[in-house]
Amino acid sequence: MSFAHTIQQHTYRFNTLAELLAKATPLRSGDVLAGLAAGSYKERVAAQLALADVPLTTFLQQALVPYETDEVTRLILDTHDTTAFAPVSSFTVGQLRDWLLSDYADTATLRQLARGLTPEMVAAVSKLMRNQDLISVAAKCEVVTRFRNTIGLKGHLAVRLQPNDPTDNMQGIAASILDGLLYGSGDAVIGINPATDSPEITASLLRMLDQLRIRFQIPTQSCVLCHVTTTLQMVEQGMPVDLAFQSIGGTEKTNSSFGITLALLQEANEATRSLQRGTIGNQVMYFETGQGSALSANAHHGVDQQTCEVRAYAVARHFDPFLVNTVVGFIGPEYLYDGKQITRAALEDHFCGKLMGLPMGVDVCYTNHAEADQDDMDNLLTLLGVAGCNYIMGVPGADDIMLNYQSTSFHDALYIRKVLGLQPAPEFAAWLRQQGIMNQQGHILPVTPGHKLLQQPF
Amino acid sequence: MSDIIHEDAWQQLKAFTHARIALGRTGTAVPLQEQLHFRMAHALARDAVHTPLQTHLLAEALAPLKLPLLQLHSQAGSREEYLQHPDMGRKLSLPSAALLQQHTTGTTDIALMVGDGLSAIAVQQHAPALLHTLVPLLRNQGFTLSPLAIIEQARVGISDETAYLLKARLALLLIGERPGLSAADSLGVYMTYNPRPGLTDEARNCISNIRPAGLPPAEAAHKIHYLVQQAFLRQLTGVQLKDNYPSAALPEK
Repeated sequence: MSFAHTIQQHTYRFNTLAELLAKATPLRSGDVLAGLAAGSYKERVAAQLALADVPLTTFLQQALVPYETDEVTRLILDTHDTTAFAPVSSFTVGQLRDWLLSDYADTATLRQLARGLTPEMVAAVSKLMRNQDLISVAAKCEVVTRFRNTIGLKGHLAVRLQPNDPTDNMQGIAASILDGLLYGSGDAVIGINPATDSPEITASLLRMLDQLRIRFQIPTQSCVLCHVTTTLQMVEQGMPVDLAFQSIGGTEKTNSSFGITLALLQEANEATRSLQRGTIGNQVMYFETGQGSALSANAHHGVDQQTCEVRAYAVARHFDPFLVNTVVGFIGPEYLYDGKQITRAALEDHFCGKLMGLPMGVDVCYTNHAEADQDDMDNLLTLLGVAGCNYIMGVPGADDIMLNYQSTSFHDALYIRKVLGLQPAPEFAAWLRQQGIMNQQGHILPVTPGHKLLQQPF
Repeated sequence: MSDIIHEDAWQQLKAFTHARIALGRTGTAVPLQEQLHFRMAHALARDAVHTPLQTHLLAEALAPLKLPLLQLHSQAGSREEYLQHPDMGRKLSLPSAALLQQHTTGTTDIALMVGDGLSAIAVQQHAPALLHTLVPLLRNQGFTLSPLAIIEQARVGISDETAYLLKARLALLLIGERPGLSAADSLGVYMTYNPRPGLTDEARNCISNIRPAGLPPAEAAHKIHYLVQQAFLRQLTGVQLKDNYPSAALPEK
């Protein structure tokens, strides 16, 4: 079935749903690289006009990636909740956009709708939306998750404390953790990207994180962001695993390039949950995603990078995760060229994830070969704060000395909490007040060298 | 000023890490001096990405090696194109490929190549020192060398096609690494046995972070020499060739 739109006596034809979606996508370098992008501004808007008229049910009839050969497609279609879909089942993509922005779509309604929407529907509607629309609808969504604290409540913004070290030096990592805690970061998770995937090092990092958490009675969770097979090994060895981390993508082939299948994720989820380490909840999966991963793995099947990304959210959703974040600017300028493209992609990812019912955070970040700088990150951070992002990253001075990219800092987190009146996760906020790190108004307090956290830190 | 800027009480922790900790704050903001240090580090990285390779200066610095030089170019015509189309940086331009087809005489052991990558500064500053140590080591061992290729707008993969056309048994590419804030002048070296178009990264060995404050160029040369010998002995590179270079074998500093 083909799609078309006529403008000024010229008819633009789009032979497949995948082509229509790709050409309707706001410009980004990755789609140009893949040869999928619209050839002109006019063609892009013509595609958007054609897409607006596509009934949502079309996405249930036409799979973008074949059902027979792709387990992500099978997951999407086999777990589609038709009852939840019923209220919008007669809509076109364009009508869904107008409805989402209307007052009919409130927080409770959107929550009930989430499992009725497939990633392709969500990607499609996002392509018709301006940045303001993406922010406006995302701000209405509330996705709350629990492990040792509560993440995602409205009026709150959490931070993943990211204390990476290029040699996994324990003291260096501990120093960065203390810096972050004393700046009020670490409620989403204290999460280390290890420099190697060595099981021995992973085990010692896990033990160190757990000891630190117990010693200072911090109501948070920890994670070493190793491959899920290493995490399974850690669980078997009785290591203190709070959360199981994995990078995921939106096609079976992308996932196999990451060395994973849905069955493996299921196994990791069950194994980690069996430890019952959460105190107020037991959501244990932590997923990272990012536009461009499917193209990078040569596994996109002619589907644009943003639609592939939203399909990854269907994978995430299946495992009821505690945290999901898009690492939006990490992949480089061949996928997202500059600050404008990174900003757009981040707002899309946050909106699409939230609409699908995911606890979305965003790694607001860039590499040194992208056309971006701290000003772009300030803009994006502020937009995401307004959009109600669940959490951001906290890296000392915004400079990750292991992964060699720039993210947001502990200072950035204080800034956005202050200007928007956002609080840390409630349990963590109480701990910060107890420690004299934060006052009742949520302002950070100076501590003295005699502070408990600074006594024989390691 | 001292009552405007809060200094953090944990300055002693700075001894344990290069991370930007204990920066202090004014309100919730990073104090200006720290802010400007960060901005300078980013400026160095940006300049490293966008500064073109000065091939004539590099050629002069490499002249004492007495190797014939080949000036080559990838299919990426500009830095903008290079950054957005990594595939173009992996292929030789048609004139460069034609030049190699004419030039080649017989097979050699090693094709030495120098490519700008994402930091021409790294190449400009550290490639000559590395090669001045490495080339004599290789010659003493009896390895035959192709002409030295200088490649502009190069990605790692371009070494496959180049070394293949040069009929070399091993590709050895020196290339500027993506600049970070801590270093904008890191050089990487990629080795590929039996190079030919279409290989992927698991077929290679990489030595990275080559710079005076990281792995110094002369030390890197000894390590590369060791790996080259291992590659010829085992007739492979990649994941199966482990980097077991004994650190005790490093020359005295």
